[in-house]
Amino acid sequence: MGSYAIYVYGSYGLAALVTIGITLWTWADGRARQKELAALEAAGLRRRSAGPKDGE
Amino acid sequence: MSETSLAISKFSDLANPTRFLTLAARILPRLAGITVLCFILGLYLSFSTEGDYQQGETVRIMYIHVPSAWLAMICYTIMTASAIGTLVWRHPLADVSARAAAPLGAAFTLLALVTGSLWGKPTWGTWWVWDARLTSVFILFLLYLGLIALNRAMDEPSKAARVTAVLTLVGFVNIPIIKFSVEWWNTLHQSASVLRLDGPAIDPEFLRPLLVMAIAFTLLFFTLHIMAMRNEIWRRRITGQRRMAARMASREE
Repeated sequence: MGSYAIYVYGSYGLAALVTIGITLWTWADGRARQKELAALEAAGLRRRSAGPKDGE
Repeated sequence: MSETSLAISKFSDLANPTRFLTLAARILPRLAGITVLCFILGLYLSFSTEGDYQQGETVRIMYIHVPSAWLAMICYTIMTASAIGTLVWRHPLADVSARAAAPLGAAFTLLALVTGSLWGKPTWGTWWVWDARLTSVFILFLLYLGLIALNRAMDEPSKAARVTAVLTLVGFVNIPIIKFSVEWWNTLHQSASVLRLDGPAIDPEFLRPLLVMAIAFTLLFFTLHIMAMRNEIWRRRITGQRRMAARMASREE
């Protein structure tokens, strides 16, 4: 690889960092939202289309 | 306030986002699997093929630089199409798509800029020059950041969607400027060698890993975009349900 190794591996390292970073970030965001939805559901709240209508 | 909550409840009444969630759950595992396979093959080809006779091993930077740069532009084009969807048809998924794509576009643009810089130093002798191609891509990066900030600065979702969509459309003028900058102006950056009218002007030895990596990056983008769109739909549902709960609570008092 010679004296250019640092540029080549540096590029691939940064690419790995950025792509893995955005993947984990997107995944963690999804997990957090799912948890919030589960908490709302546990509190008795659900989408009107999903649950039975409560008497008004 | 009531108009906003009406818009959100209308949003959640539409069947399309629900259908999107079902579809996403079905295709995401497969898409993620194919993405990983493409990356394994792409990385293997990237390091097993020969170096260039002139620039030596640094040619390998191309296999991540060029796909990132392509995606930076593809992502903005998708956001522009979404902006049209928001402004013309008011499609509920259009704004979700634009909002989910922006951070991904910013990440790929940053990657294109940084790997370009790391490639420029050994081949051009400089990290950075303010010429047409580099500057226009830097503007694209700033546009992404600006769109993210603008969208998040407004509390009312429908207004944020419309204002962001207008700026996205205005910013699209930059995409052809990036594409043709290497032909219109003198620049250190080479001109197109893959997407040309007279066919690729690049040796198959380099074209093979480049294409596989381009497919891998594109699949990664779509996997993340679908995931981020799903997150955004969930986020809006949570907001809608919280508003509904607050309204019900105030009615009971």
